[in-house]
Amino acid sequence: MSLGGYRTALAGMQVVGELAAADPRVVLVSQDFGPVRGFTDRFPDRHFDVGISEENLIGVAAGLAHAGKLPFVLGMAPFVSMRGFEQIRDDCAYNRNPVKLVAPFAGLEAGAWGATHHAIEDIALLRTVPGLTILSPADPDESQRAIRAAAAIDGPVYLRIGALRPIAGYAAPFIPGEIVTLRDGDDAAILATGGCVATALAAHDALRAGGASARVLNVHTLKPLDRAAVARAARETGRLVTVEEHFIDGGLGGAVAEILAETGAARLRRVGVRDRFCTEVAPYPELLRLHGIDAEGVVAAVRELLDD
Amino acid sequence: MDRIAALTARAARLRAHVVGIAAAQLCHLGGSLSCADLMAALFFDVLQLDDTARRRRDRFLLSKGHAVHILHACLAERGLIDPAELPRSGQLGSRLGGHPTMRAPGIELATGSLGHALSVGLGIAMAEQLDGSPSRTVVLLGDGELQEGTVWEAALCAPRFRVPNLLAIVDYNRFQSAGAVDEVLPLEPLADKWRAFRWRVREIDGHDMAAVCAALDAAPAADAPTVLIAHTVKGKGVPGVEGTARAHYTRLSDEEAARAYAALGATP
Repeated sequence: MSLGGYRTALAGMQVVGELAAADPRVVLVSQDFGPVRGFTDRFPDRHFDVGISEENLIGVAAGLAHAGKLPFVLGMAPFVSMRGFEQIRDDCAYNRNPVKLVAPFAGLEAGAWGATHHAIEDIALLRTVPGLTILSPADPDESQRAIRAAAAIDGPVYLRIGALRPIAGYAAPFIPGEIVTLRDGDDAAILATGGCVATALAAHDALRAGGASARVLNVHTLKPLDRAAVARAARETGRLVTVEEHFIDGGLGGAVAEILAETGAARLRRVGVRDRFCTEVAPYPELLRLHGIDAEGVVAAVRELLDD
Repeated sequence: MDRIAALTARAARLRAHVVGIAAAQLCHLGGSLSCADLMAALFFDVLQLDDTARRRRDRFLLSKGHAVHILHACLAERGLIDPAELPRSGQLGSRLGGHPTMRAPGIELATGSLGHALSVGLGIAMAEQLDGSPSRTVVLLGDGELQEGTVWEAALCAPRFRVPNLLAIVDYNRFQSAGAVDEVLPLEPLADKWRAFRWRVREIDGHDMAAVCAALDAAPAADAPTVLIAHTVKGKGVPGVEGTARAHYTRLSDEEAARAYAALGATP
C-alpha cells in the first residue's frame, strides 16, 4: 500500500484546524483515527471519534450540520462511500446538511490490502447524488486548497484523496467545477483526476518526445463536471483519453462518455480499472501497472487514437 | 381540563385525523396510531418546538418514517398544515408524502429509510451540548426498525458522548410488515440490550397518559442518554383492527371508519 493519500488527508486536518480557529462552527468527526494531528490538540472538544461505524459516522455528522455546525468527516473512502452511501444520500444531500467528507484511500491506494479496501466505485456511486459536490485534487497542496474550497461550498462535499505526489510548480487557485489545463496540445486531450494527473503529465512528456502534443487537463471536480471544457477539448482535439483510479464505467470515463454522447463526438479511450475485481496481490505502484493506469498505459491509449 | 385529560383528548383528535387518511387511502395506519398518545404528549406539552428567540428549541425526529400520518396530524393540530390536506396526502400536488419529506412544513428531518434518525439525533444532541444549550432531541423509533444495524451503531456511540439531552423512544407495538416482531426477528430482552449499551432505560405503557407524561417529565440522567420503551398496541383506537397484523398497512372501509370515529368520540 501507499500512505500518500492518508498522509495528505491527515495534513489536511491542519487546514481544518485553521478553519476551526476562524469559524466556531467547524467540528471534526472521524472513524477510529484517534487524535488527529493539527486539529485535536487545538480543539479537543470539537473532535469526535465515533469508532468504526461508517453509517453512524455520516449520520452523526449530518446531525451536527443540522444543528448549525460545519462538520468535516475523516473516513476511509471505500467504506464511507459504500457503507455510508445511503446516509450521504439521505441525511446529508436530501436533507441539505452540508457535511464535508475527507476520504483518504481513494482508488487503489490500499494496494495489497486487497479488493475489499479499494475505492474504485465511489465516483460512480456518489455522482448520482443530487447536490453533492465531488472533489478529487491532484497533489497534496491542491488537497489543502480543496479543503478550504469545500468549507465555502453551500452543500455536502466528498473529497476524494488518493495517493498523491507533489506536482512541481503547480499552484493554480482551486475553483470548484473548473477543469484546469496543465499542458497545451492539439493532437489529443488527456483528462485525468487525482493522482492520475501526475501520470498524465508523465505521458505528455513521453508523447512530446515522440512528436505528439497531448493536452493535459486536471479534472479536480468530478461533480459538477465542467461540461464546457470537456466539449471544448473534444471539439479542438477530436481525441480524448480519461485516466482514473476507478472503474472506467461510471467514473470519469463514464461521465465524459455521457457528455460526448450529448455534445458531439470525439473518439475516446478510457484508462482505469476494467469490469473485474482487482484480485492481484501487489504493492500499489505495481497494481497500477497491472491495470495499465500508468504513463505507459496512457501513452498507449493516446497512440491508439492517433494511429486509428 | 387537567393536563392528562387534555392530552388524552388531543390524542383522540390525532387518531381521528389518521382514521380520515386511512378511510381515503391505503396507509401505514397501525404504527401511526400506536404512538398517538406519545405524540400528543410530545407535541402539545413536553417539547418546545417553536423556532423563536428562546434559547431552547427542542427537536423531534421520526425515525419510523412510515408513521408520518401521525406527525402530519400533529402539525395540523399545531396549525402548520390545513387538516383538509391530510386525506389528500400522497396525491399529486400534496406537500404530504407517505414518509416525512422536505416539502411538508414543520418536519425536522426527511426520513423513511429505517434506522437513520438515531445517529442524526445524536449529532444534533452533541452540537447542542457543545453549545451549552438546554435543548432536547427526541427520536421516535419503531420496534421493527431496531433490526437495522445502524441503530445499534448509534446506540453504542451515544453513551460515549454522554448526551443526557438525547431521548430515544421505542414504539413497541410488536408488529412489523411481515407479521409479529417476535416471529420475524425477536428483540427480547430489549430493555437489557439498551442497558448493556449503557443507556438509562424506562419502560411504560405507551397508552397510559399519566405514565407517558411522568416519563417525559423525568429529569434526564446526568451523563447518559435515555431510552423510553413504550409498550403499545398496533392500530390503537380502531376497533377490529387494533392489535392485528393487518393494522400495519391498510385502508378502512366506510363502516370501519365510522366505528373508529365513534370509538374515538370524534366526527369525520
